[in-house]
Amino acid sequence: MQRDTMAGAAITFDAVGKSFDADGRRVVALDGVDLEVPAGAITGIIGRSGAGKSTLLRMVNGLERPTSGRVMVGGRDVGTARGSALREIRREVGMIFQHFNLLSSRTVLGNVALPMEIAGVPAGEIRRRAADLVARVGLEALSGRYPAELSGGQKQRVGIARALATGPKVLLSDEATSALDPETTQTVLRLLADINRDLGLTILLITHEMAVVRDIASHVAVIDGGRIVEQGETYDIFTTPAHATTRSFLAGVTGVTLPRFIAERMSSEPPAGPSREVIRITFLGERATDPLLAQMSGALGLEVNILAGAIEEIGARPFGNLLISVPADRGAEARAYLESNQQRTEVLGYVG
Amino acid sequence: MSANLINMLMEATWQTIYMVAVSALIGAVCGLPIGTFLACSQKGELLSAPAVNKVLGTVVNATRSVPFIILVVAIIPFTRMIAGTSIGTTAAIVPLTIAAIPFIARLIENAIREVDSGLIEAARAMGATPLQIIRKVLIPEALPGITLGLTLAVVSLIGYSAMVGAVGGEGLGDLGIRYGYQRFMPDVMAMVVVILIVLVQLVQSAGEWIARRVDKRAPRNRGA
Repeated sequence: MQRDTMAGAAITFDAVGKSFDADGRRVVALDGVDLEVPAGAITGIIGRSGAGKSTLLRMVNGLERPTSGRVMVGGRDVGTARGSALREIRREVGMIFQHFNLLSSRTVLGNVALPMEIAGVPAGEIRRRAADLVARVGLEALSGRYPAELSGGQKQRVGIARALATGPKVLLSDEATSALDPETTQTVLRLLADINRDLGLTILLITHEMAVVRDIASHVAVIDGGRIVEQGETYDIFTTPAHATTRSFLAGVTGVTLPRFIAERMSSEPPAGPSREVIRITFLGERATDPLLAQMSGALGLEVNILAGAIEEIGARPFGNLLISVPADRGAEARAYLESNQQRTEVLGYVG
Repeated sequence: MSANLINMLMEATWQTIYMVAVSALIGAVCGLPIGTFLACSQKGELLSAPAVNKVLGTVVNATRSVPFIILVVAIIPFTRMIAGTSIGTTAAIVPLTIAAIPFIARLIENAIREVDSGLIEAARAMGATPLQIIRKVLIPEALPGITLGLTLAVVSLIGYSAMVGAVGGEGLGDLGIRYGYQRFMPDVMAMVVVILIVLVQLVQSAGEWIARRVDKRAPRNRGA
């Protein structure tokens, strides 16, 4: 494939606002959004429906225009670009969609050829390049089929090949896996990650699933009510979420919650008599896999009860979440031991 | 039935086919751009021109409100201007075409409006111009609907063509009225009706066959 080494372009949102009139009311979709999307990385924007993430994404290729602020792609202002200048930017920004948006009247090969026909690429080159791209997404055997004959995952692969046809620097993904089953989602995400690695293009994706962010995004921005409430590297956001919206998104994926029979009995102050302190430990970095609890139990002569826990990977970096209980009168001691070993602890409550 | 009558029937059939074919062809050539424009020119659409859309829509509606038999008579001066005469089969093509254009335009507008707006968005995201979107996305995607719409238009024109006897247009309808009805020749009338049924049936079947061939939206059509 040509242009294999094409580098990605950075995207900058600078105080971006978007409002429109609906039924005589002023609706604010985006409010003062500042966001740096690093070149060549995979960045996820997560938010509930109606949070403004789709509007934000569609500003990158000028499908929506900001009412205030600037959107820059590779140093060019998309918001003010018109006509052929805008079309030129769009050729450098590929896009994939939740519902694929493939032409039912064209074969797999024909769909991949479309953006090149639009860009005026010579027919011979279109044929060669379309065949390369179809092979790139593993659909050689189906290149003469029509979209109606493909599964959802295959359709999205065609969508991806099509989005790459004009050799873009940026790939936008609008909930591209939301209509797919979990297994297909994984294969599509892997393909996106491979493309990011091989072609070095910037991928900006929006999703309402934290698992998608965890699986492929190195950076994440959380959007709520038209504002970015938190942004940073995925690992940091996952291990130290600051905003309530982020925490509620994370609750679904980190999967570490107290068993209900304990949660129901838990109080915020130690009850009278003997009780146990419930502690959340967040293991970070390579120490996430250390046998720290066993060590602590031995060193302090402490009886530790494990309530729930999981170790996950973000990128190649593991992090663990563990809920334990220790006798309440020795809680401070246990936490001090863990903190001295660079783990983060948090007292959740007490059970009698 | 005499050889003479058979000749008349054959000639009338040919005249009907001639009138319908020419008016449908011109109607499609003019109706396609008008219908496409109507489908894309409302506020905020691809070729956003709400005022022109409104005017054109009104003209189309006005033409379609006039009963065909009235239209035939009302535009006689215009027919004479175009065809050089207001009488005869060729002259009858003028009112048929005038009726066909707005009808076909509406059918094409409807077919194009059926196209998923997500495809327009995808094409815009590729950097397509409005004309490229129409040519490469809207019309190919609407083709099954357009084909069925044109089939309906041709069938309607076969019906309309029976009325052009009012201005000296010939064809099957005129033959049926003048011989079958006015000269009390029920066998002629029966033959005219049978031929019309066969014509409509052929047009309908051919249209549906073509529409199935161009429709790739359902997997069962593979290799059809």
